[in-house]
Amino acid sequence: MAKTMYEKIWDAHFVHQEPGQAALLYIDRHLMHEVTSPQAFEGLKMAGRGIRNTHSILATLDHCVPTKMADRLNLPDPIGAKQVQTMINNCKEHGLTLYDMQSKNNGVIHVVVPEHGFVHPGMTTVCGDSHTATHGAFGALAFGIGTSEVEHVMATQTLPQSKSKTMLVNVNGTLSKYSTAKDIALAIIGKIGTAGGNGYVIEYAGEAIKALSMEGRMTLCNMAIESGARAGLVAPDQKTYDFLKGKEFAPKGDAWDQAKAYWQSLPSDANATFDHIVELDASDIAPQVTWGTSPEQVVPVNAVVPSPDDFDSEGKQIACKSALEYMGLHSGTQMTDLEIDFVFLGSCTNSRIEDFRAAAEIAKGTSVPDSVTAIAVPGSYMVKEQAEQEGLDKIFTDAGWEWREPGCSMCLAMNGDQLKPGQRCASTSNRNFEGRQGKGGRTHLVSPAMAAAAAAAGRFVDIRQLEQA
Amino acid sequence: MEKYTKHTSVAALMNRSNVDTDQIIAKQFLKKVERTGFGVHLFHDWRYLEDGTPNPEFELNKPEFSNAKILVAGDNFGCGSSREHAPWAIDDYGFNTIISTSFADIFYNNCFKNGILPIVVDADTLKSLMSEIAENEGVSFTVDLERQIVSTPAGLQVSFDIDGFRKNNLLHGLDDIGLTLGHTDKISAYEEKHKQQFPWLWAS
Ligand code: SF4
Repeated sequence: MAKTMYEKIWDAHFVHQEPGQAALLYIDRHLMHEVTSPQAFEGLKMAGRGIRNTHSILATLDHCVPTKMADRLNLPDPIGAKQVQTMINNCKEHGLTLYDMQSKNNGVIHVVVPEHGFVHPGMTTVCGDSHTATHGAFGALAFGIGTSEVEHVMATQTLPQSKSKTMLVNVNGTLSKYSTAKDIALAIIGKIGTAGGNGYVIEYAGEAIKALSMEGRMTLCNMAIESGARAGLVAPDQKTYDFLKGKEFAPKGDAWDQAKAYWQSLPSDANATFDHIVELDASDIAPQVTWGTSPEQVVPVNAVVPSPDDFDSEGKQIACKSALEYMGLHSGTQMTDLEIDFVFLGSCTNSRIEDFRAAAEIAKGTSVPDSVTAIAVPGSYMVKEQAEQEGLDKIFTDAGWEWREPGCSMCLAMNGDQLKPGQRCASTSNRNFEGRQGKGGRTHLVSPAMAAAAAAAGRFVDIRQLEQA
Repeated sequence: MEKYTKHTSVAALMNRSNVDTDQIIAKQFLKKVERTGFGVHLFHDWRYLEDGTPNPEFELNKPEFSNAKILVAGDNFGCGSSREHAPWAIDDYGFNTIISTSFADIFYNNCFKNGILPIVVDADTLKSLMSEIAENEGVSFTVDLERQIVSTPAGLQVSFDIDGFRKNNLLHGLDDIGLTLGHTDKISAYEEKHKQQFPWLWAS
């Protein structure tokens, strides 16, 4: 029978199922950070249990770590410091690989894991973090789990799971040079809504997806969770293999050929059936900006702030009204007339080298107005080093940006980097929820290039018009 | 998880309805790195005065209830967020049984994950149990999970329902992980197959 990629991965990891209970799925890779793991370690200890496969785990410190060097050396928040120390102790005790703050491999978990080739096509991968979906870019089934489940995976290397439905999102056509994977991700969420993917694993396919770089595919899959999906997948291809080849955890020698042969068997069969299919044309996708407090509240940058009347359901009208109020917006205002106070270039959605190159291209020779604070936070030390070698840091600092150390930073504002109430931010992160970047802060999600253009102008800019000017 | 079979313990009375998870464990305590140690924060806002000393007015601060393992509470216990910190706090404080007329769904499920037995009784029964405690603070009830009966010194014999699968897990001290570990042979067999099929995943 023809199978989707999801079904192939599922079948290859099925361990056992008791009547009336969920199936046990084998877990190949387990990623960790300091915030969601401590109670899981504690639980293991209390029950006198060990970790079944310590090699399946890779850990980093990212959520609480400051992005200013002085603070990294002397963590100012005692609670964050304790979470960091607990992670260090737990990893030491169990012999787990940890990219701590001193490591040159340190960075945001979903950025560092691909840098070292830790997740391969066809693997099941979990992490106590919803943006684990990122690794679907490699054709791995990757999803976020809760703290009890983190413990479950440590102890048993399996997880009770029920099977998801499958959705195919076909993005055909060619993306304009101003639009990016971020804009595709936002356009899809705008179309299907933040609950559109509930109960599904999404497979992204079509010309425009094939044309994306691995970084772009990571950005796209990263936001699968924002459409409510359990995970997102892109079929592995030559780009995937080229990206993995030679990386620390990638197979070597004969094993590489063996692995590659398996990876090539993973893409969905031509006649496989999906429970739901969505079609988009990439050439229609303009640079996107969110206006509200949910990623589905998004418009093309040349549009105006919508009004509740633009929505047909009562729920969406109410959501629109309350979002406008929180965001301090009036219907009918051109998005490009919105002035901003802050720019955040970073997060596991958009903090890879490609993102910094795209932003630097626009930032070059510009200058950030005094009223605006712009911070560039690389996703990892590897990204930071690479960017510095290419001189990108100079471009940013010359333009008046702050060049920071890596971490989650203002994506969730747990490390001290945060907005003040009422501040408006152009952010390359993934969530524009109320208070996400600081109490009362107003977040607009955009691509890196759009963020850089906003930093230079102090307001949103339709980057398609920049060259003509 | 500890096995839950039969025990005779002090029953504490909390005659309040809709006790939510925010009251059970307030959000300022969620940043902890441990799963244990939430007990001292249980019912924080009711339990302590502004200066941090115990509030003598709060029922669970009565010396008669100090060793209680059974909590008898009003309707709809455990509503609100899904935080597992709530049952962690209850367990850590020392309760292993909660009796009420109803429980919020997620909280009810979370109880079993943490070795706590939530017992649903009808409104009249709850009233009788409550008045027995009120008249004789410090009284002990006996909970027999095997026979599904709560008995009291005044002679009440309250039988209760429980899903057979969950009952079995409690009786044998099995949590989700314990259950999965019951299939360790199957996991090991799978791993052998996995090693042959995907040897590159196992090369260190
Ligand atoms: S960058 Fe943001 S979304 Fe990504 S792992 Fe960190 S906090 Fe989560």
